[in-house]
Parts: sequence; C-alpha cells; structure tokens
Amino acid sequence: MRSVMTGNYASAYGAKLARAEVIAAYPITPQTSIVEKLAEFVATGELKARYIPVESEHSAMAACVAASTAGARTYTATSSHGLTLMHEVLMWASGARLPVVMTNVSRAMAPPWSVWVDHMDSVAQRDTGWMEFFCESNQEVLDSIIMAYKICETRGVMLPAMVIEDAFVLSHTSEPVEVPDQHLVDSFLPAYEPEFKIEPGKARGFGSLVKPDQYMEFRYKAMLAMREARDRILRVEQEFKHVFGREYGGLLELYRCDDAEVVLVAAGSVAGTAKDVVDSMRAKGQPVGLARLRVFRPFPHEEFKALARKVSGIAVLDRSYTFGPAGAFFTEIKASACSNKEQPVMKDYIAGLGGRDITPRIIELIFEDMLVVARRGLDSEVEWVDVAGLPRRWR
Amino acid sequence: MTKSHEELPLTPISDSPSTVTPTGKWRVLRPVVDLSKCRKCTLCWKFCPDATIVLVDGYPEIDYVHCKGCGICANECPAKCIEMVREGAE
Amino acid sequence: MEMMTKTTIPAEEFTYPGSTGCPGCGANLVMRYLLKGLGERTIVSIPACCWAVMPGYWPNTCLKVPILYTAFEATGAAISGLRAALDAKGVEDVTVVGFAGDGGTVDIGLQALSGAAERQTDAIYVMYDNEAYMNTGIQRSGSTPWGAWTTTTPVGTSHSFKTEPKKDIMRIMRAHRVPYAATVSVGYPEDFVKKVEKARKVKGLRFIHAYSPCPPGWRMNPARTIEVARLAVDTHMFPLYEIEEGRVRITRKGKGLPVSDYLRLQGRFSHLTEAEAADLQHAVDSAWAELLAEEHPGP
Repeated sequence: MRSVMTGNYASAYGAKLARAEVIAAYPITPQTSIVEKLAEFVATGELKARYIPVESEHSAMAACVAASTAGARTYTATSSHGLTLMHEVLMWASGARLPVVMTNVSRAMAPPWSVWVDHMDSVAQRDTGWMEFFCESNQEVLDSIIMAYKICETRGVMLPAMVIEDAFVLSHTSEPVEVPDQHLVDSFLPAYEPEFKIEPGKARGFGSLVKPDQYMEFRYKAMLAMREARDRILRVEQEFKHVFGREYGGLLELYRCDDAEVVLVAAGSVAGTAKDVVDSMRAKGQPVGLARLRVFRPFPHEEFKALARKVSGIAVLDRSYTFGPAGAFFTEIKASACSNKEQPVMKDYIAGLGGRDITPRIIELIFEDMLVVARRGLDSEVEWVDVAGLPRRWR
Repeated sequence: MTKSHEELPLTPISDSPSTVTPTGKWRVLRPVVDLSKCRKCTLCWKFCPDATIVLVDGYPEIDYVHCKGCGICANECPAKCIEMVREGAE
Repeated sequence: MEMMTKTTIPAEEFTYPGSTGCPGCGANLVMRYLLKGLGERTIVSIPACCWAVMPGYWPNTCLKVPILYTAFEATGAAISGLRAALDAKGVEDVTVVGFAGDGGTVDIGLQALSGAAERQTDAIYVMYDNEAYMNTGIQRSGSTPWGAWTTTTPVGTSHSFKTEPKKDIMRIMRAHRVPYAATVSVGYPEDFVKKVEKARKVKGLRFIHAYSPCPPGWRMNPARTIEVARLAVDTHMFPLYEIEEGRVRITRKGKGLPVSDYLRLQGRFSHLTEAEAADLQHAVDSAWAELLAEEHPGP
C-alpha cells in the first residue's frame, strides 16, 4: 500500500507489521507520535500487543528485557535523554542476549536543551552491544525494523538492535512510504521462538552471578554473535530484496564511489542531501562519492578497509563529538584504514550538532576542502564546521 | 573448572540445585538433638532458614552437609532438647 | 521427608539447602515461607540484593521456581514486562513475583514500584526488609529505622545514627490504592503463609512487606532471629496488619512489650541513651495508636 507518512509513523507501522507482542512506551520529543500511533493500533485491535505505559525510559527497557526473556517479541522507542537514561539496561539487554528492537529518534543531548537532530545519543551507546542502523529515509525506517527482528532473532545472533531516525528531519517529515502487506511480512518474519525462555515449571535462573574464571567466555560469545550479525545483516537484506524489492547497500552503502578520488562518509538523513551534491558535482566533472554509514554496529571494518584502498581522500562527517582525538566515526574509520599498509588522506568534519542545518552548500564546501587536502596534505585532522567565531565561512 | 565458550549457553542460565554447596563447612557450632526429649512440635523444622531439617515420623533429622549452625532450632525448641555443641568436640 | 507429620504451614519445600545466605538469615525464611504459600507455578524477579547472590554462582540455583535476575531499580518494571509477555503468550495460572530488598524498593526501586502499582500490574511485590543495604555491607536505606547504626550512619560527634524516620512503604502502597497489602514477619509463619495464600487469589498489584532480621547487619546473635522477629511485633515496632481495599485490619495485636526488650538484643541500637530510647518508645506508641485508630475510625 503506497502511503505518505512521517518517520515516526513508519516506525509504528514497522512494529505493527512485525507483530510486536509487548510494547513499553514512554513519551519524549520527538518520538511521541510513535507511541501514540502504537497506542491507537492497540486500542483499535489492529495490533494485538500488550501496551505498557511505563513511568520512565529505564523502566521501558527493563520491561522489554523481562518480556523478551519470557519469549515475547518486544518493541520500544525513545530519544536523547531517554536513551541515555536507559544506558544501564541497554547493556543488560545485550548481555542477556535478547532480540529487543527499538527506534531511537536521534536528538542532541542537554544542556543546552535541544530537541533537534544530532547523533550524540546514538553514538554514546556504541559500547552497549546493540546493533545500530542509521536510516536515510522513512521507507528505510519501516523496512529496517522488520529486518532487525529477523536479524536479531537468529539463533547465532540474539543481540538487540536500534533503528535510528533523525529527529524532526525524518521523524516529523512526510515522505512516500510503501507499506508492505501483512501476509508478505509474515512470510518473511516468522514468530519468535527462543531457545530458552523463562516459564513456569522450569526452575531456571536467568542472569546469575558468574566468577572471574568464567565471565570472559560469555563476553567472547557475545563478540562472536556481533560478528555473525554482520553476515546475517547482508543475507537478510538480500532476502528482503527478494520478497519486497528494496535494498539499502549493506553496512556501508557506496554511492558513486567506484571512480571517486574523494569520498564523504555520512550517516542518517544528511547522506541523502550529500548524494544530491555528489550528482551536481559529478556533473561538473569532480570525482566525488558518498559512502553512507548505514550500520555503525557491527562496524563495517572490511568495507572501510576496502574503500580506503581505492580512494585518495576520505572525509568523515561526524554529527556528534565524543571528546576523543577526533569524532567517533572518524576514529573508528581511521582505525580500519590503518589496517592497510597505506592510508588515504583522512579528515574529520564535526557538523550539524544540535540540529544545525547541513546545507548542500556546506557539503559542497566539505568536498572542495577535501579535494584540496587530498592533493596538498592535511591542514588539520579535525575541523568544526559552521561554528560562529571560527575563521572559515561555510555559508 | 572453566568451561570452553563453546560449551556455554548464550547467557548464564542456572538450573543446577545448590545442594552441591556444602554450607555445613561454615559451622562453628553444631545442633545435637536429644530425641528422647523431643515432643514432635515441628518448630525446629518450621524455623530453619536453610530447610536443612526434615521430619521423619515427626522427629527432626538434620542435614549436616548443609546446616550452618545458626542455632535457631536450639533457641526455639520448647523442650530444650537441642544443644549447640562446638564443632569437632566429642 | 514423609508427609504424614502434621505441620502448621505447608510441608512442601521450594528451596534447596546450600544457599549462601548468612547463618540465621531472615531473608532465607521470607523466601521459604513465600513459596510455601505460592507453590510451583511462580516466577520470581530479583534485582540486585542479597537474594541475587544467595542462590549461588552460576550454574546453581537454590529455588525450585524460575528466577529472572535484573538491574537494581527495575523490579516494578520487570514484573510488568513479565506479566505482559505471559498474557501475550496465553500462559495462565502463574504468579509473577517481584522480590526485592528494602533499598531496592523504597529508595532506588520506588519509581518502578509506583508505576507497577498505578498500572495495576497483576503481580505480587515482596519487599524483604532487613532495614539497610545489607548486600553491599550494611549501609543505611530509607527503611532503616530511627536510631539504628549503619556504616553510613555511624555514631560519632558530628554524624550520628539514622535520625530520619523509617519510610512508610505500606501507606505509600495504600495511597496507590492497591487491592491488598500486608506486613508479615518470619516470627509468625502461620500468619505469613495465610496472607500469602490470600494475596495469591487477588488480582492486581499486591504488596507484602516482610520483616527480615539480619544477624550481621543488626549486630545480633543469629540464634535469636525468630525471637527478635516476634519481639518486633510484640513491641509494636513492626505491627502485623493488612490493608484490603483501603481498610486496615490488624492481624496480631502483640503483647505491648517495652521497645527496650527489642533493642537490647541488637548491637545496632546499643549506643542509644535512655532519653533516646524513651523518644523511640514514644514514637512507637504514637504510631501504634494511629494504626489502631485507622482500624477503628472514630465517629
């Protein structure tokens, strides 16, 4: 069914089509229309789920963990401070190896208060053992939720996943979305049947105390699972394409990178803008490409190693800042590139924090700057884009 | 002995009874019952925190592999037929 | 065990020996009596607390029912999630239990408990009250009684024992309009099990406040755990009552013994002066009078 809807509604439809059985809901801007729409679906009987209106995000995730342990397919959604409030329980969900799927509407952290997009909240969860899918479009949001359940519930994976929508840019902007038929989704995504679940009559304890002489082995298993997730993501996407006719380029979507001299890496909705800029620059003969970081966890290490061997320059757009030597994406990409004997010139652009608009012009200037440094050498490895008081003009 | 990661379940799932843990080794004092004075009131069984007393024909039988020697049974016995004796003493 | 012997509480055991609880642990008895009242079709959710450790290291468990271990403040949310999943899966005739310590309930767990109560989650929440954060080494909680020594309310010149009154969790639950709430004590197992059996049949969020002496934390002789538990009731320090649909019913009046009888068995109160003990007696008398009045509201 062809429709026009916001990213938030796309999330709600994704959860509905995936037949989520337990939904924990706590409101936070700009996620609210997800939990509102789901409440509507449940109230009308369109979605047969138990809806728990919890009293905080920490409780939302704790309820999902418990419900998932009992064998139910679970869903929740949050943003920004809600996500960071859940941090402890995110670690629990992945350590407990539970296939919880959640939408995070990526929004800046306070103070200062901001309801607008950046990736700080999502990036800050990269250590939790959750898969992270950054979406470019509302269609991708809906599709990614359905695919996420299939990936997460694989026996060899059993890790949770967050599907990330950019605040307001996707969450509240309407785009054309193809809503798949329920029977088609059912054929693609079977019911959730875990190997172990908590149930009456079986006296098992889930999550016991483990001594130092055995803890590492459990962690090692989780690492293996994230590694397995990498391959599973690719296979599930191919299956999805076969059933629904859509695909998203794997973990790192390469757009016109084949004969590019310089490539920009970006995640989320800005990648869509960047693709337009690539087209207009290519029309003028400039050898540029866009590599969209679709999956941040598991990290596309192999893909970045391969890309780094092909290009002269990699510009990375970090829509967050984590007080490391450079932005989070850049640091990890550079690490992958350094696995090769030689590296391209690499530069980090911190941009778009707190909802600051990343315009086509800004992206064009980033590309132009990168083309210069790729040929002449780096001026500085990290540059903050469009900050008032800094010498360079970006508008 | 540390199990190989391949032998482990996804997450620590416990289903082996704790009776493998010999908490009786903690004891400093051991309860000794004089059955001739026992009135079969069942209070010792009722109040044992660790359920280490079973009733056999109404009389208490203490599981010394697990009894921690807390002394509750001796303290509560109305017939005063349980004595707390130093572990290892005659 | 042969089942022919007549016992005043159900004979069947749902706990194995070999738990790593201290000798004389009141919390061990709380779980033992609770499960005798609830039976096998029970799932217990346990946050960080003594009971997260007592079943033993993986792969051991000392319970004959399933356990979900959770993060510290999550009990109220976990029981809501469990019940929702069991309902979604059509699993019937199961009692969902949240089993948490006093710190994990009145302090860090209060929000989630409040949420579960407000949502009328169909589960039984049991707070076993040893009156401090015992698992981490005897630090004060909101449930530590006035006058008690703990490691974070040590007795000194600039910092004294706990001078704030004990948080009244039963009245907090009453304010949430839970269908059934009750205090129980390991000193009175028959009253305990009777209340548990009653709670089991009620729908909605039921709350059990279980008095749970802690020999190391209270600086007392472990052999006297039951004695102290009875004295708590007899001195009115811990009255035994139910609140059913908002109505208070005292289930054991107690002998009305002086509070000093109770205090003298516990090292955690040994620093109290006569004047302070008198203040405590006065506070206990007032609280008891209030409870009596609630049971028999005036004209």
